[in-house]
Amino acid sequence: MDKFTVFTAVAAPYEKPNVDTDQLLPARFLRRPRSEGYQTFLFRDLRYNDDNSEKPDFVLNQAPYRNAGIMVADRAFGGGSSREQAVWALTDSGIRSVIASSFGDIFYNNAFKNGFLPVRLDQAVVEDLRAQLLKNPGARITIDLEKQTVLAPDGKTHGFDIGGFHKQSMLLGLDEVGVTLLNDPEISTFETAYKSRRPWMSAPPRPERG
Amino acid sequence: MKTCFEKIWDDHTVLVREDGQTLLYIATHLAHDGSSHAFNFLANKNLPVRRPDLTFATPDHGVSTLSHKLEDIPDLEQRQVVQTLTRNTGKFGITHFGLDDDRQGIAHVVGPEQGITLPGTTLVCGDSHTSTHGALGCIAFGVGASDIYHVLATQTTWQRKPKQMRVTVNGTIGKGVTAKDIILAIIGKVGTNGATGHVIEYAGPAIRALSIEERATVCNMSIEAGARAGMVAPDETTFAYVKGKPFAPTGANWDKAIAYWKTLPSDPGAKFDLEVTLDASELVPMLTWGTSPEDVAPITGRVPDPAKESDPKRRQAIQDQLDYMGLQPGQLLTDVKVDRVFIGSCTNSRIEDLRAAAAIARKGKVKIPSMISPGSTLVKKQAEKEGLDKIFKDAGFEWRESGCSMCVGMNGDLVGPKERCASTSNRNFRGRQGKEARTHLVSPAMAVAAALTGHFADVRDFL
Ligand code: SF4
Repeated sequence: MDKFTVFTAVAAPYEKPNVDTDQLLPARFLRRPRSEGYQTFLFRDLRYNDDNSEKPDFVLNQAPYRNAGIMVADRAFGGGSSREQAVWALTDSGIRSVIASSFGDIFYNNAFKNGFLPVRLDQAVVEDLRAQLLKNPGARITIDLEKQTVLAPDGKTHGFDIGGFHKQSMLLGLDEVGVTLLNDPEISTFETAYKSRRPWMSAPPRPERG
Repeated sequence: MKTCFEKIWDDHTVLVREDGQTLLYIATHLAHDGSSHAFNFLANKNLPVRRPDLTFATPDHGVSTLSHKLEDIPDLEQRQVVQTLTRNTGKFGITHFGLDDDRQGIAHVVGPEQGITLPGTTLVCGDSHTSTHGALGCIAFGVGASDIYHVLATQTTWQRKPKQMRVTVNGTIGKGVTAKDIILAIIGKVGTNGATGHVIEYAGPAIRALSIEERATVCNMSIEAGARAGMVAPDETTFAYVKGKPFAPTGANWDKAIAYWKTLPSDPGAKFDLEVTLDASELVPMLTWGTSPEDVAPITGRVPDPAKESDPKRRQAIQDQLDYMGLQPGQLLTDVKVDRVFIGSCTNSRIEDLRAAAAIARKGKVKIPSMISPGSTLVKKQAEKEGLDKIFKDAGFEWRESGCSMCVGMNGDLVGPKERCASTSNRNFRGRQGKEARTHLVSPAMAVAAALTGHFADVRDFL
């Protein structure tokens, strides 16, 4: 997984609330092999016409935002389905962070597994950031994960919260499964105790294979 | 003093890190045809499945509802992921209910039906509506591909303990009002963001009075209120439902299990971070009018009028939705014409849903294309045994095979552009059932009422 430390990029304002994962990545693209990349599917139906031509009014199709690395959205970003492909579509497009006042829980969790940082800021701050970006198309935002700050185009700094676990794995680019496998003895101890405490969970007719 | 959720959470905690992150043991994992990415990650790292006996699999998202022959899945990628599931489960020795198995169905219908979903457990699946299983009194939540890979490799997942919310539903529901109307009313009240970061426990007499299948409908849509999961503490209704199911405990183990399950309900005085109360006797049949599940209205109501909104942002948002949905401000909902009806999905495709639908279907003939996809092949067979299929076919419904079907449209069952669909599924998002599709969420009985009249209708007029 790519590390996330300090990230500076053009930020695109997107004022619509409730950007659900069906908008981020329509279901018909879910089956593509991971290795083929998901960048062409991001916001597919909002961004492109049926003949694959671009819809000029969609923010990511506008000149100042074509290379945006950050989006400043509204509330309830990434609600809906558990499809991690929604995160892949963002990261594969070079977008590594979304700033919003709230996120869908599963999306929020999926994000960190892919080096993608969802930043929660107050609704008023989010709206202010968007106003700045609209006034200054192509303006940049800097996100410093170590310090947990967002540096706005107007030079103001806003702090954000993030769990220590997520912060750690993002800063170091850790492979979560690798970390967990270090806890294998604890998992085995748990399993033995669980088996004797809840014997019906492993006894027939449940198939037991070891 | 602990909540039901805390008791189960603690029982599955392997360890808690200093930063508060919990390594949670997963008692049951359900896989489906969408799980192929996770199996690929596992293969890339050359890792085995730690506990193949704790994963159960069935294809649902992309299967054809016209036929359960593999070669009848028209989309090549789709067919491949169904084949991949067969291959992966075979390779690791995972129990698999394939397309040729009567136990195939939507994972969230199959789990409870087979007794794989049990009270007092943790359950994950790569689908957000995994919350459905909470009806049995377990912690069940959806995860993404990386987390599934993690569960396959370690049988655990890292989670931060969510906050807890209790939704108490008092009173009794009136005739024609269903579990679907209860959950739509709850979402309308708390909003799509109302339970974010929380697990909901549904409580109160109106919830206790529900069958397990009805509780499944309620828990299913917890996710539409923003919740991570929803659950109902196990009771006698739960035990009676689980007893005798194929994978349920038997003999001495059954007695031990019951004794434990009886300790699970929240202790009196246990603390919840949020409390919401609703009176079931005030509810009427509901439907959604907009493109978010929180946009609910009683069937006796009207399409909202943006001009009456004082907040300009909200006014614009409503106008946008009406434009997308092709609705007129102030229009009576019973005047809204419907183009097609879909009865199915993990929200409303169990046998009780089909019985409720058939009770209305026998009163007329469909005026618009209407299809039914049972939640599992066993549900389909049971319905046929009861003659429900005949009632549906006589009324003009299409009687299909089991799968996710038009809930997500991945198998080609799609709502056309600008077509209006009365659907028993759970999401009315833009484009969910097809590009530019206009989805209205309703109960099975309300869906049939729309099918028989060609517009939205109050199902109570049919009783
Ligand atoms: S029926 Fe719909 S919501 Fe349920 S599992 Fe299938 S796609 Fe997901």
